[in-house]
Amino acid sequence: MSVTQISVFLENRPGALLGLTRVLAEKGIDMRAFSLAETSEFGIARFIVDDIDATAAVLNAEGFIHSVTPVVAVAISNTPGGLNRALTALSEASVNVEYMYAFIGGRRESAYMIFRVADDARASEVLRAAGIQLAEQEEIVNL
Amino acid sequence: MERYYQPEIETAPREQITAWQSERLVKQVRHVWENVPAYRKKMEEKGLTPDDIKGVEDLHKLPFVTKADLRDNYPYGLLAAPLGDCVRIHSTSGTTGKRVVAFYTQHDVDLWEDCCARALTAAGATENDVCQVAYGYGLFTGGAGLHGGSHKVGSLTLPMSSGNTERQITFMRDLGATVLCCTPSYAAYLGETMKEMGLTPEQIPLKAGIFGAEAWSEEMRRDIESTMGIKAYDIYGLTELSGPGVAFECSAQSGMHINEDHFIAEIIDPDTGEVLPDGQQGELVFTSITKEAFPLLRYRTRDVCVLSHEKCSCGRTHVKMAKPRGRTDDMLIIRGVNVFPSQIETVLLGLGYGANYQIIVDRVNHTDTLDVRVEMTPEMFTDNMGEIARRQKQIVEGLRAMLGLTAKVTLVAPKSIVRSEGKAVRVIDNRRI
Repeated sequence: MSVTQISVFLENRPGALLGLTRVLAEKGIDMRAFSLAETSEFGIARFIVDDIDATAAVLNAEGFIHSVTPVVAVAISNTPGGLNRALTALSEASVNVEYMYAFIGGRRESAYMIFRVADDARASEVLRAAGIQLAEQEEIVNL
Repeated sequence: MERYYQPEIETAPREQITAWQSERLVKQVRHVWENVPAYRKKMEEKGLTPDDIKGVEDLHKLPFVTKADLRDNYPYGLLAAPLGDCVRIHSTSGTTGKRVVAFYTQHDVDLWEDCCARALTAAGATENDVCQVAYGYGLFTGGAGLHGGSHKVGSLTLPMSSGNTERQITFMRDLGATVLCCTPSYAAYLGETMKEMGLTPEQIPLKAGIFGAEAWSEEMRRDIESTMGIKAYDIYGLTELSGPGVAFECSAQSGMHINEDHFIAEIIDPDTGEVLPDGQQGELVFTSITKEAFPLLRYRTRDVCVLSHEKCSCGRTHVKMAKPRGRTDDMLIIRGVNVFPSQIETVLLGLGYGANYQIIVDRVNHTDTLDVRVEMTPEMFTDNMGEIARRQKQIVEGLRAMLGLTAKVTLVAPKSIVRSEGKAVRVIDNRRI
């Protein structure tokens, strides 16, 4: 099972990110996780929201280039070694992580990791077999 | 003492020049009328026959020839001599759609090389000089023209072609090159490289340079002259007319003498086509009156400049043209290469992107820079940074293959390129020349 992430193209210039957050704020979109990757010229904002359809609609209306992709979300105990266990499982199964980012959930004892992989079904299977708890869209939205 | 390659022609009295022009124009008009159906048709449409052209005073009656005419008649449509008499072809930057092919008989090559020899002599070249030709050789006219001119002058010719800067400098020093021929931006680059190597102007054997095929400023001239310890001369030409040597600078370095015994120059209002008087800025129009294979009557160059008949201190009597101020159409000359925005469009569309792009040309350290801004499209976007970088590189490669130039490609937000009247502003030329 996977979680849906929205990625948005942004120019790397003052105010570009603000332009995005403003339209999301105006529509009352609630972001659960957020990450930014950038080069000197452009960036990609990646985030998980409570309402995917409403977000996609507002991005379309406002002319933001975006894509919707599945990612794997993992709940990791907020203790030393938590991330290491997840990465060990993926590495042993030769699952390449394109990128990842973390956020702390509402429940203080858990951290969440978002993994972007080529094959999310396979990654989910590997992680589950290693006894790592996967998070569903609903769980993250309801944090 | 000013030296001339063909003194009797270069310093001929005005009446003599006019007499040559009239006689040759009348002959040329009859030549194209008889040999080029496209010209005959154009003249017939204006109700003209060769009998209507009795001398230069009738030149204005003739229809213009434009770059579009050249394209429409590609490749043989404007050929005025039997192919069997032709010995050479040159072409403008050989890229799709916009190619212009020019033909030369041996006679044409000969006269062209005379023009280049005049330019070299004006720059001080003699049979005792070593002339390094660092223009590109091949379809481009730069290398062949100055090479031939150098032979005519009797200089020892180094046919280096362009590029391989280290080797250029090694040959220049080892063989004591005294005259350098290349584009001004390459001259500036060579100069900078020699400076970095710690060479002082005294250690550089050059005494003069002939630099053309792209626009350059007085400031650039001064920089090149002081870095290399030379006098830098401008040269002007178009493949359509022969190549470099249509006009060249003399010791006065204040405008280029047009070789009026071969080319009649006019300045026209680009909007109305009316001929403008001396000293007024307008579009430069040339008629080649001695070419056999590929003569052009009233060819609109799109170059904007001013003509001057004022007496020149060098003793030459041929009219001088100022450095062109720019082009009236959308063609750009970047690092000596002709670039049409449509070529960039072709690359982008070929890779599946939209036609929303912008070309920004600038000049940094005397070298032209080409930035291409491309609007991101949903098709092109992915959440994977590496993949976007790969697609960006693909555009750079595509442009290199099309133009022979390395461009910096920047991906920008949709609708971020300024549009005027619904159309994107395609070209921003920030070069201050």
